[in-house]
Formats: sequence, structure tokens, C-alpha cells
Amino acid sequence: MHIFSTLIAGLLFGTGLILSGMANPAKVQNFLDLFGTWDPSLAFVMGGAIMVTMPGFWLVQKRATPLFHDVFHLPTRTDFDARLVVGSATFGIGWGLGGFCPGPALTSLPLAASGTLMFVPAMLVGMMIAKYTAAPFPKSIAT
Amino acid sequence: METDFTPFASLAGGVLIGLSAIVLLAAHGRIAGISGIVSRILPPAVDRAGLPQGIVFLVGLLLAAPLWILVTGAPPVQVVSDNGPLLVIAGVLVGFGSVMGNGCTSGHGVCGISRGSARSIAATMTFMATAFVTVFVLRHIVGG
Repeated sequence: MHIFSTLIAGLLFGTGLILSGMANPAKVQNFLDLFGTWDPSLAFVMGGAIMVTMPGFWLVQKRATPLFHDVFHLPTRTDFDARLVVGSATFGIGWGLGGFCPGPALTSLPLAASGTLMFVPAMLVGMMIAKYTAAPFPKSIAT
Repeated sequence: METDFTPFASLAGGVLIGLSAIVLLAAHGRIAGISGIVSRILPPAVDRAGLPQGIVFLVGLLLAAPLWILVTGAPPVQVVSDNGPLLVIAGVLVGFGSVMGNGCTSGHGVCGISRGSARSIAATMTFMATAFVTVFVLRHIVGG
């Protein structure tokens, strides 16, 4: 049951991305093109999601624990550091260039557009580089 | 290229994304941040305990498009640039930046904002700003 709930979550997420237009890089770039062919649709995606998650998260967190685990794994940091700002700025540049962020790119993988097939492996490499730079001595070497 | 304004489909899609985030939090106590879910199952330091859930979530994500085709009879509308070098650079920046900044559109933009996280609000404003500037430069200065 707990594996099934994760599968459903992934499926809902991917279907939401497709239905909303987030999985269409042309639509994403038009959302970001205020002074050109602006398409404000994607503001409704974030609006629709937050409209649901804001009350939903509040209700869920009134429970002591999640259904299938002992604790909630929520981010606890409240500090601002350079990695947060530089990382987010870098992410935004890539998002603007390609029109893809991680979820939509992965959801688009089975559609096998040539651009997607180039973007996704590059994204995975970028993620691994970021993990290496965050931990210059991987555990396997440091021990 | 122009795209149609689709407020209702986009709102409905957003609601599905929100429901997915609620399922993950309610069932597993996890935040639905795609960059986090993916990066945790990549080397170095693979999160072995979270590996099965991460893979199952990705399988669900990857099944969405085939299922969409099965139900609607047509592939989702999508226009992806075929400029290889551009997409490789974009991919590296997205992957690197989202992991360095601890989140992307989903983790910071949806879940973080919903939780009222100041870090996520700052991150979302930052990546929105650089994305707007990037598209402006790409389309109105470089592209002309």
C-alpha cells in the first residue's frame, strides 16, 4: 500500500505537469517572455497547486506522524546562504534556456523528443556534480 | 512561437500536482521536490533507505505520458528545441543549480511556499528573476 501511494503520487504529479502545460517548454518560455509572446497560464499552475497544498499540508501536519513512517522529513533550515541564492539563480538560467525544470523533463522522457534526450542526461550529470562539490570527499574515499 | 492561454487546464494540472504533494507528505512525510527525489538516488552518497520509494515515484512520473496517450489517444502537446548544445548547457545548469540551491519549481516553488518557508520564497524569487532575464536575453537581445 505504501509503495502504491508513491506510485500514485508520481503518476498524479506527471499527469498534472502534462495537463497544466508545464511539460511543454514552449509554454514555459512564453510564460517567461513578458515582453514577447507572453502566456500567463503557468501562473495558474503554481496557484492551483498552492491552493491545494497550503490547506492540505496544514491538515496533514496536524497528525503526529505520516501514515507509513515514524516522522515527517521536513526541511528545518531557516538560514540564507550563498548556495541557496547562487544555486537558485543558476537553476533559473537553465530553466529559461531550455524551458524544462526537473519534473517536466523527466515526465517528457518517454515522448523521446531529441531535445529532451539531450537535456535529461545533462541534468543528471549536473546534479551529480553539485553533490560532489557539496561533499568534496565522498564517503567511500574519505574512509 | 505563440501558445494558447489555458487557465483552466493549467489550474487543474496545478491541483493534481498539489494533490500529489499531499499524498507524499501524508503517506511518507516527504516533500514532493523532484530535484531532491532524483538527486538523493544519484551518486555520490546514494540514499539507500530512500532508494525504493524514489524509484517508484520516478516510475509513476514516467508512466504519466504513456498513460496520457492511452487515455486521450494523442501525445501531449509539446515543442522542444532541437538545439543540442543549448539543451545540454540548460540541463547541466538546471541539475547543478537545483541541487546546489536545495530545490526547484516543485520543492521550493510549490511545497516550500505552501509551508511559508522563507528560504523557499527567496529561492523562488531568485530563479524566477534569472529565468525571466534569461528568456529576455535569449529572445530579444540574442535572438532579436
